[in-house]
Formats: sequence, C-alpha cells, structure tokens
Amino acid sequence: MSRVFTLDGNTDILNCDLTNIPMQEFSERDSDENKEVYEQYKKATPARVGIGHTGSRYHTAAALRFQADQYSAANAVQMEVPERVVKELGLFEVQTKCASKYEMLTRPDLGRLFTEETKKIISERCVHEPDVQIFIGDGLCSPSVEANVPTMYPAICAALEYEGITVGTPFFVRYCRVNTVRTVAELLHPKVTCVLIGERPGLLTSQSMSAYMAYNARYDMLESDYTVVSNISRVGMPPAEAAANIADIIKAMLEQKTSGYGLKY
Amino acid sequence: MNLKCTLYNKTFAFSSVKEVLAKANEPKSGDVLAGVAAVSAEERMAAKLVLSELTVKELRENPSVPYEEDEVTRIIQDDLDMEQYEKFKGMTIGELRDWILSYDATSEMILAASKGFTSEVIAGVAKLMGNLDLMYAASKLEVHAHCNTTIGGRGVFASRLQPNHPTDDLRGVTSSLFEGLSYACGDAVLGLNPAIDTVNSTTDVLKLLYDVRTKYEIPTQICVLSHISTQMKAAQAGAPIDLCFQSIAGSEKALRSFGTSAEMLGDALQMMTELAKSQGPDYMYFETGQASELSSSSHFDTDQQTMESRCYGLARHYHPFLVNTVVGFMGPEYLYDGKQVIRAALEDVFCGKMHGLPMGCDCCYTNHMQADQNDMDNLITIMAAAGCTYVMGLPQGDDVMLMYQSTGFHDSQTVREMLGLHPIREFEQWAEKMGILSNGRLTSRAGDLTIFR
Repeated sequence: MSRVFTLDGNTDILNCDLTNIPMQEFSERDSDENKEVYEQYKKATPARVGIGHTGSRYHTAAALRFQADQYSAANAVQMEVPERVVKELGLFEVQTKCASKYEMLTRPDLGRLFTEETKKIISERCVHEPDVQIFIGDGLCSPSVEANVPTMYPAICAALEYEGITVGTPFFVRYCRVNTVRTVAELLHPKVTCVLIGERPGLLTSQSMSAYMAYNARYDMLESDYTVVSNISRVGMPPAEAAANIADIIKAMLEQKTSGYGLKY
Repeated sequence: MNLKCTLYNKTFAFSSVKEVLAKANEPKSGDVLAGVAAVSAEERMAAKLVLSELTVKELRENPSVPYEEDEVTRIIQDDLDMEQYEKFKGMTIGELRDWILSYDATSEMILAASKGFTSEVIAGVAKLMGNLDLMYAASKLEVHAHCNTTIGGRGVFASRLQPNHPTDDLRGVTSSLFEGLSYACGDAVLGLNPAIDTVNSTTDVLKLLYDVRTKYEIPTQICVLSHISTQMKAAQAGAPIDLCFQSIAGSEKALRSFGTSAEMLGDALQMMTELAKSQGPDYMYFETGQASELSSSSHFDTDQQTMESRCYGLARHYHPFLVNTVVGFMGPEYLYDGKQVIRAALEDVFCGKMHGLPMGCDCCYTNHMQADQNDMDNLITIMAAAGCTYVMGLPQGDDVMLMYQSTGFHDSQTVREMLGLHPIREFEQWAEKMGILSNGRLTSRAGDLTIFR
C-alpha cells in the first residue's frame, strides 16, 4: 500500500505533481499522535521537517521529491530571460562582456563589465546623476525577473518619488553579476545604485531575487558597503513587502549618506 | 633556494615560492580565474617536485602577503613556537609529508610540531598529498576544544543544527530546531544564520535558542551567525550568548571586505570572557571557505588553498571552539564540480586540524555548480573517515534561507551508525534520556518533533 505523504491524506504520487505540493503540506510522518501540534510545526516553515525516517534514511517520496526539486533549481540557472519579458517591463536591454551562460558562471570578472559600445548606449539612454539608479539583472535565476519585478519595481519607484527622490532610467542587464553595480555607478553617478537580481535558486523556489544597494558605489568599494534584501519571492519575502523595505533602506542611505554595516534602519 | 627542475625532458623554472605553491595546487577553477594556476598537468607536476625540495624555512621566509603589509601574516609569524620551528626548519616539505604520515609521528607530536609551522608550510604539505593521504593524516590528529561541552577526539562525530528560516520567523526556527534535536543533532552548536542582520533580530533568536537549551537541559552551545559587530551589540545589551561567530579570510584586506579585523576579533574574544553564558575558555566560532579572498580581490596572487590555510593561521590565535569550511558555497567559478569540492574539503580539514583547530566541514553545494546530493553523500562519509570534527544538520540537507544544500539530520546519524561514531558523550546521554537514541540507533520516537512542546 502507498504511504500517505501529504497532510490531507494523498497517496497518489503519480498524479499529484509532486513538486507543486507546498513543503508545509508535504508529510511522511510515521505516527498520528499529537496531530494538531505536528501540523502547527509543519505550517511554520517551508523547511523539510516532519518527514519521518526508515532506518536512518528518508522515505521514498521525500527522497524523490528532493531530487525533483534539485533538478528544477539547477535548470533555472541555465534558463534565459525571454526578450518578451524585458519588453513587457518597458526596459531596454544590454549585455555584459559575457558571451554565454557558461561564461557568466565561470567568469564573474567579465560579468561586471561592459564593452565601450554598451557603455555608450547606457550613457546615452539614461538620465545622469539621479538620486537612485535601479536596474534589473538576470543573475543566477532568470525566472525570478518575471516573477517579481512587475510588482516590485513600480512599487519601489512610487514610494521613492512620493518623497521627492529622483529615480534614474531603468534597464535590463543580461549575464549580470552583483558587482555590475560598480560599473553602472561609475557610468551614471547616482547617489544610490540598486540592482534587482536573480539569486541562486534553492530547492524551495526557483524564482527568488535579491536587491543589492550601495551609497556612492564605485570600483574600489568594499563588499561590506552593500546593503542586501534577499529571499524575495512568493514563498520568501513577497515582492510588495520587499519593495517597501527597499524604498525605506534607500531613503535611509540618502539621509545617512552611507550603506552596508554603517547604515542604521 | 632552487626553483627549477627538469621533467619530461623539459626545464621548468618558477620565479617565486608563491608561484610554486599556486602551480602545485590540484586543479581548481578559482585558480584559473585568478590567473595563478599551472597551465598544464606537466607544469603542475614540476611545481610539486620543486615544492617537495623547498624547506620549512624557505616557505616561512616567503609568506604569501608581506609581513609589513598584512596583519594576518604578522599574527601567523609572531605566534610561531620558535623552539619547534628551529627543530624543523631544515626539513623539506616532502620530508615533512613523510614524517606526518609515518607511524613514528603521533597526534601529540604532530600538533606540537605544527605550532612551529606557518600556514604556507601546512598548505604546502597538503599539495603533496593525495586524497587518501589527506584523509589518513587528518584522521590521525586528535584536537579538542571546550565551551559548554568538549568537542573533538576519536570516535566523536558532532553536528551543528542549522535551523534557518527565510525570515527568521521564531515559530519556523523552532520547527527546524525541534526536528533536528529529535534526530540527535546539535551537539556542536544550535546555530542559526540570520536572514536579518540586526541587533533586535539576533537578540530574539538568541533568546529562543537559549530558552530551548535551558528548558530541555541540552548539553550544547548556541549561536546566531550575524555579523560580529551585531552580536557584540546584542551581547552588551544583555542577549544570552555562548559562542561569538565571524566569517574570516586569509588577508587583512579580505577581512576588511567582511567588515572586520584582527583587532575586532580580539575585542570580541575579550568581551566573551566577560559576558558569555557558556563556560569557555573557547568562545569563538569561525567559518571559512576557499576563494573568499579572490572574490574580494584580496588574494595577492596567491592560490585559494594557500589563502584558506592562512585563515586557520589567523583562527588559531583566538583558540576557537568551532571552525568549519563552507566548502561548496562559493560557486563554480571557484570550485567547478563535486570532484573539486571533495578535494578542497579534504585539504581544508587536514590544514585546519594541522593548525590544532577542531575542524568541521559544511559539506555543501549550490545549484549553479556541477554537483548534486550524491556528491554530498560521498563527502560526508569521506569527512567522517578523515576525522572531521563536525558537519551541518539541516532538514533533509536543504537550507531554505541561504538557498544551497548541505547535509541532513538523517545523514550524520547514518554516518555515525556506519562508521561506529557517536555524538559528544553528554549530548548522546541526553538523547538517550529523551528516548531519541538507543544503542546508537534512532528509536521509533526519533524524528517526532512533537516530543518537544
């Protein structure tokens, strides 16, 4: 007989689409004791708790689900952001010096640089010296752009512009790295530079992104000068909430004229 | 000093000790990225030959970063036990490798001698070792440290319980915490990586961990791995703290990029002797990982394995309770695949233990590397065989905050059963009392997080 592997008693592993079951409802518990307490613990985290054991090992459904989720995450790294998504966001697109996804993964030094021609395009199409320059990057998770930016970007802008803060011209960077921030800042000289960038996917979601922000970013800034909001996704920090956080942090940076560990917010 | 050799009917000449060390390193994508790797397998072999004939003295006198420019080099050099150094300074690195592996050299003898070796010397020995050499040598070394319990020693395979949550939600953290405890994990530390690096959040989680530790009378230590300055502020405001954590690196410039310094680490240790809830005397917890220096352009044209060894030279200055490499966290630009990760983990555990550190390993990978969970199954077993002090325990190995995979609660128990290893004794007795472990095996009660309520 098949084992029950969801809180609501599912045993049909072939037709339930295993990876679509939220982890909070995925269960392979060996006993029914204290069911209510158990379900409270399950609901409190997307971590893989309450999955029981056979000998010291995982049960079959848990083991297979883990592999299925890991494959999906590894796949998200290799995907491209479709041109359609960039257009729908109303962004123009540029590419770093990386020629391919493979080069982007193994050459972070090229992933932060642009050719002279690309620099010229950015310089010509963008407002210079805004209070805040925001741009979007694919990073290590292309699906995160379509999943979060349509909600997040307009909300950040609205919150900043309401306070009279000027926001620069947004654009999309293919094969983007976090440190592309340094290059963009040296081109456009904003007070605060912010990249919304796909973060390396975990098993929980293949749609997660981060915001890396720095005051007066430049080539020789320290890593610790960044302030970061991470885990932005439907299952982590929802994009609307993240937008409010990011706007608050940017405001604090403009007021305190600093970022990273020195920033209080 | 001879930096030349003939091999394959060719002459190979190197310009510095640093170049020899870098080119003798086993293949790592990060060394290629840094432009310091051997250009061919032939050149790598030539570098290994030259390295085998260099002496302890020659490596000491040619540190990777100059003494005048770098506080990490100064700590490594100034901490040297000169009596031991004098005894070994004429030995070549090849002879030193032979001696460490020999039946004559006991754990006690090696650990006494290694106080006279700079981190470059220890890194050099690792470069002349195969994987099984590294495992065998590391497994010989018995290192102990004490906070609330004693970690290390033969037959003990401890685990850090890592109950991370995407937003540090206290109920969510509690779920993973109880789950891990129900599998007898957490004897090294109950240690959370925070999603939010603030004093308030750090304090809230520290209080939770402390309450659980005291309520269930668990013989272990607690830690929230926020930035060292955040933990210090929390502790000074009264938050309960057992261990003080910081990520460290192998050069002063790299430490700066982490927002810290040797002075700050010293201040934290001093503060811990006054404010810690734990017994000590070992209060610090450091994490490392090959290539963190390269990622912040502060590697000084040194290979990543040598820089990593320098982290341990820095760490031993503060006699930490825990040190672990987060070996596969940095990504494919530094360690490309499972094979490179396993090699790096072995180098790190050997070099760490050679520095007298209770070295653990976060056996881990990211989803943009060419590696998967099967590589971690291999690695955790290899680590246990190598006498690695502790590994990570997460719910099925999945970190829902840091977005990478490590080893699971089930995995440390599996390895303990296979290799006849145990948790730290007091903790094991606690797990037996709780009805989680019996005769070294999980009971039917194990894995039921509702036993804590």
